[in-house]
Amino acid sequence: MELFDNLALGFETAVRLENLFYCFVGVALGTAVGVLPGIGPTATIALLLPVTFTLEPVTAIIMVAGIYYGAQYGGSTTAILINLPGESSAAVTAIDGHEMARNGRAGPALATAAIGSFIAGTFATILVVLFAPPLADAALTFGSAEFFSLVVLGLIASIALARGSTLKALAMIVLGIAFGTVGLDLYSGTPRFTFGVRELYEGIDFVSVAVGMFGVAEIFRNLEDEKTRHLVTKTISGLWPTREDFRRIAAPIARGTLLGSALGILPGAGHVLASFGAYSIEKRVSKRKHEFGHGAIEAVAGPESANNAAAQTSFIPLLTLGLPPHPVMALILGAFIIHGIQPGPNVINEQPALFWGLIVSMWIGNLFLVLLNLPLIGIWVRMLMIPYKMLFPAIIAFAAIGTFSLGLNAWNVYMIAFFGLLGYFLIKLGCEPAPLLLGFVLGPLLEDHLRRALIISRGDPTTFVTRPISAVLLALAVVAIVVAVLPAIRKQREVVFAEEEP
Amino acid sequence: MPDVGRALKDVLAGGIFIVLGLGFAIGSLTTEIGTPLRMGPGYFPLILGGILVVLGALIVGKGFIAGEGEAIGAVDWRALIFITAALLFFGLTIRGIGVIGALFGAALLAAAARSETSPREALVIAIALTVISVVVFIVALQLRLPLIGTWIPV
Repeated sequence: MELFDNLALGFETAVRLENLFYCFVGVALGTAVGVLPGIGPTATIALLLPVTFTLEPVTAIIMVAGIYYGAQYGGSTTAILINLPGESSAAVTAIDGHEMARNGRAGPALATAAIGSFIAGTFATILVVLFAPPLADAALTFGSAEFFSLVVLGLIASIALARGSTLKALAMIVLGIAFGTVGLDLYSGTPRFTFGVRELYEGIDFVSVAVGMFGVAEIFRNLEDEKTRHLVTKTISGLWPTREDFRRIAAPIARGTLLGSALGILPGAGHVLASFGAYSIEKRVSKRKHEFGHGAIEAVAGPESANNAAAQTSFIPLLTLGLPPHPVMALILGAFIIHGIQPGPNVINEQPALFWGLIVSMWIGNLFLVLLNLPLIGIWVRMLMIPYKMLFPAIIAFAAIGTFSLGLNAWNVYMIAFFGLLGYFLIKLGCEPAPLLLGFVLGPLLEDHLRRALIISRGDPTTFVTRPISAVLLALAVVAIVVAVLPAIRKQREVVFAEEEP
Repeated sequence: MPDVGRALKDVLAGGIFIVLGLGFAIGSLTTEIGTPLRMGPGYFPLILGGILVVLGALIVGKGFIAGEGEAIGAVDWRALIFITAALLFFGLTIRGIGVIGALFGAALLAAAARSETSPREALVIAIALTVISVVVFIVALQLRLPLIGTWIPV
């Protein structure tokens, strides 16, 4: 069985001592930073990425993935304990999770989130094992025209499911791609938009863009009106759910896992949609509808499982097609590229140890999450109590030193300030930051495939619509745009997002 | 004049896209454009700049037809200025003064961004952060950064 050989190779890689160690460190660091209020997973990962750059590629990628799970779970902890979700997918958990905490059941809520996440993570990892190889094989037949169309589809589909104005999201994508062209042109060696600054020849670092748009812009917004944080409980007792709780969460975890696994593959806000969807489903099928909103444990189990399953399956498009479905995956893509690996269909064949090692370590990372988070919950609670007036200067200082250390380049630090200010004003004017980051990371790929495809077709732009796979992909992109702007669907979508928000 | 207040958010957002789009388009004209077959360095950014201007104009137009009408809200200029200054200070002094001084200055400026923080508090935060960062980044992670920069004779 080839599959078992592959998994064996994966285990061999993942359980190497340094990989286990850095997977553990990644999960711990991710959780530690993730629980800090006001820092979502994207900012957490961007802040911690520089730490991983000195490691071996396999080890670094495993650590980044660990940071991702940790950050995700840390966000849920914050949502449950102080009702301040770090990102939109944890917003649903906050509704009933925080109510449970106020009723003195913070322990079972946190344990349910961890157990649900672990089961969902395990299932979704199996899906990645089963579906990634055939998808990668299919993508191997793609030429440049197909890849160009695929990236276009990925970018456009990522906004079809998101909230807010479609026009603004499109503009943010294009702006991101445009910022991606800063630096030396790979074909001619001509500097573009560098204003004679040598430090910009290598382009703008994606860590700076992410830290600026998601970290610093968020600080500006938080300083505008400081929310009062209310920690409901300082000591968590009775961590373990009761037998009755276990009976109540079994089915929601199963439903959440299935829903999340399916939606996670979709580009855009698949994981957000998954947790909102899981909440709606649980509310609909529950016999205790009146408990929803007042601390129903099902409303923590379902969305948390969905969220984590989606987090896992969103690796499928990244690992097989090189397409990040959301900003966090865009950062992970950036981390791959820093280590000289272009994610895509070739990774599985050219770097089997990395591919399978990463997949096995996904499962190990989820295991660490349960083993680590439940016993250490006291420490996380203490981190929650760090006042914001100390927290945000720390984020600024760490962001500065972290990005400077990438190539010892002071312009990386200036770029944080630039993207922080730009991001702050654009967010205030109703533009979401995620599409810009996706465009920025995928922009160079888009330009490269565009130029290559046109060289192959001898300058004939119809190549994109006459090659059948490319034509289908572009047609799907058009459908995605239509779906995004159709008033009926728009309204439905706004309802889904508005209704569930606390 | 149509209701500008209602359209303000979209007009400003569209305006930012138009200005940046024009910037990219004009900037790309200073390099070789080329043909579709042999694209020069300016070809792709020129297209992007053009699309950005069009999208910006559409957003402005949409604002007048169906503006969202929500207020933009107050801007905490103090926070913007101090935090930007903190990052610039770090970038400008890291080589000259070294990690300790650059970090301390940046942390002090950043801490002062919040108007409720007293100068004494800011000083304490800055000292604590400098110590923590040096321990984490230099001692634990062993980043090769100069503790004392080239401007300071030792």
